[in-house]
Amino acid sequence: MTILIVILACGAFFCLYRALKGPSIPDRAIAVDIMSVIFSSITALMALRYRLAYLLDLSIAIAVISFVGTLALAKYLEGRSLDD
Amino acid sequence: MISVLGWIAIVAGAGFTLLGCLGLVRFPDLYNRMQAATKCVTLGTCGIMLGVFLLSGFTSLGVKALVCALFVLITMPVAAHALARGSLIFGVKLWKGTVKDQFSQDRGTGSIIEEK
Repeated sequence: MTILIVILACGAFFCLYRALKGPSIPDRAIAVDIMSVIFSSITALMALRYRLAYLLDLSIAIAVISFVGTLALAKYLEGRSLDD
Repeated sequence: MISVLGWIAIVAGAGFTLLGCLGLVRFPDLYNRMQAATKCVTLGTCGIMLGVFLLSGFTSLGVKALVCALFVLITMPVAAHALARGSLIFGVKLWKGTVKDQFSQDRGTGSIIEEK
């Protein structure tokens, strides 16, 4: 279980590299989106390990927030306003 | 038997996620990176959530994991598609080895393939 969490954290570090180095804005956006989904699955593994069901609420909340943030940034890049 | 299947799903999910993040580092331009990362990470996260569901059954833990898997399966491709369209309109260049640029042809604008 710990090894799996470490593997996922290595993936999150790869995303962090891309988010810091990425040449364009959408690179950073997709890296942060992927990173938050990885955090959501790490939270699910911790919920399985400690048998705490409420950690999965946190996991769903992280996924929702990253989805809304990515959509808002995509609309900004298209040059439209949010209520368009 | 079911718990073995659950562990297989979790390990495969973690492996897919790691490979997707490796693609995010290694691929040459934004669109390649985006398709590698989003597909692999969607499958990996769904695998992990499905494994949590198989390991814990129809308890509150398992059902919440199933809901989370369904949500990620629906929303990650939508977010990636919106972001890809946004970055095409924003003007991010394609990789210089790209052979076809259908988007610019359809819109009738100049090619957005990067110069060599």
